[in-house]
Amino acid sequence: MSITLTIPTALRKITRDADVVEAEPGTVREIIASLDESFQGFRSRICEDEDKLRRFINIYVDGEDIRFLDNLSTRVRDGAELAIVLAIAGG
Amino acid sequence: MTFINGLKCRECGREYPKRAIAGCEECFAPLEVDYDYDAVSRVLSRKVISARPNNVWRYRELLPLDREPAVGLTSGGTPLIRAERLGRELGIRDLYIKNDSVNSPTLSFKDRVTAVAINKALEFGLSAVGCASTGNLANSVAANAVSAGLPAYILIPDNLEPNKIIATSIYGARLIAVRGNYDDVNRLCTDLAERHPWGFVNVNLRSFYGEGSKTFGHEIAEQLGWRAPAAIVVPMAGGSLITKIHKGLKELEQLGLLEEEVRTRLFGAQAAGCNPITSAVRRGSTEIKPVKPATIAKSLAIGNPADGYHAARLIAKTQGWAEDASDQEIAAGIRLLAETEGIFAETAGGVTIAVTKKLIEQGRINADDLTVIAITGNGLKTPEAAGLSEPIVIEPKIAQFERVVLGLAATF
Repeated sequence: MSITLTIPTALRKITRDADVVEAEPGTVREIIASLDESFQGFRSRICEDEDKLRRFINIYVDGEDIRFLDNLSTRVRDGAELAIVLAIAGG
Repeated sequence: MTFINGLKCRECGREYPKRAIAGCEECFAPLEVDYDYDAVSRVLSRKVISARPNNVWRYRELLPLDREPAVGLTSGGTPLIRAERLGRELGIRDLYIKNDSVNSPTLSFKDRVTAVAINKALEFGLSAVGCASTGNLANSVAANAVSAGLPAYILIPDNLEPNKIIATSIYGARLIAVRGNYDDVNRLCTDLAERHPWGFVNVNLRSFYGEGSKTFGHEIAEQLGWRAPAAIVVPMAGGSLITKIHKGLKELEQLGLLEEEVRTRLFGAQAAGCNPITSAVRRGSTEIKPVKPATIAKSLAIGNPADGYHAARLIAKTQGWAEDASDQEIAAGIRLLAETEGIFAETAGGVTIAVTKKLIEQGRINADDLTVIAITGNGLKTPEAAGLSEPIVIEPKIAQFERVVLGLAATF
């Protein structure tokens, strides 16, 4: 088992066109670091710095925004689904 | 003739050609339409504007269409009302209501944004339109999609008010209630827009859509005799409207159409049960901490406002402020506006009236500031929120009327 991460179109150049990638369980921060090794430049595209996501990037773990959990320190269990979602407008 | 150069990232400045796109592919920030204001200034004057019909297309050079509009031809041109009775209640002399509760075709300010977005969908040749909505946008997209002959996929949270649901499904739209709040709906809509080549008005047509809101500001200035107000109070959900009203005022200033420069202070209004932008402003920050909405003001129940950062930044920059209102204050606000000005607003209007009252009490808006309150939606969409009592019931007899209603003793 592993966790799956859904990648928005805007980031797929980095993931070599993959719309879903897999990673080992860990904290969100560790998952981003491991994906940065597989896909060079991944972290800098979604993070302002080591400990902060870019303002218009949201990460969800099993449907919950990590800002309601433990931010980048949120632990992601085996089998969980992560999604990177761009912030969009009101309606 | 077009006056648009293309799209430009609000944060990093990267440029994009005109197309359906959700945000900057580099930094993911919203994109702004980049106008050729020099070209606009050569054709647009007070005289030209004044000679045109009273709708959003009065300012067409400042809207991002490349062709003549085909739908939304009756949107905008709503009244600006001098609100003397409400002003007396609130202790302010120069108060106005910009009344989009009578906008056309669907009785909210969203008719302005949809007018632009659906025309843009037609220009791009998209096969369907859609949106994530807290209700007002749903009504407007559904109605305008019919006029455009396009199918519509409308996604809403599953707890919306019954009238907002009826006022969407009546147009034959494919209405989908999603279990969850608006932010859950929004996330699904973002994913859908990635997979289907449709025009989601607040996702991949967002840069164009938001521009329609500028006309709210354009109209206020024109209706005040080409002047910007000293203060404006605007309800905030995603945070876009308040920023676009400001942009509309600044555009008229830039084009030399105003009597004096824009010194408008922006005041934001949210529900206490969903106040992520207001709480950022109170902290003196632009960092938006998302919340889980719990308020009767469902049209404002966006816990993760995408334009919150920009709204908080502009509020601070213009030396404005933001406040919030409890459910009880919202219901009282709806009634106060109705009882003083004869305007029945939806919950967002109750929020805005309640917040205006607080801002005046706090001395943030002064008694002699020319102030405009933005009323953005119609009360018939959320009648249950006003908390009204049942009517008096009598037999069809004069004696009963006089005894029960007028409190007179029976005279025969």
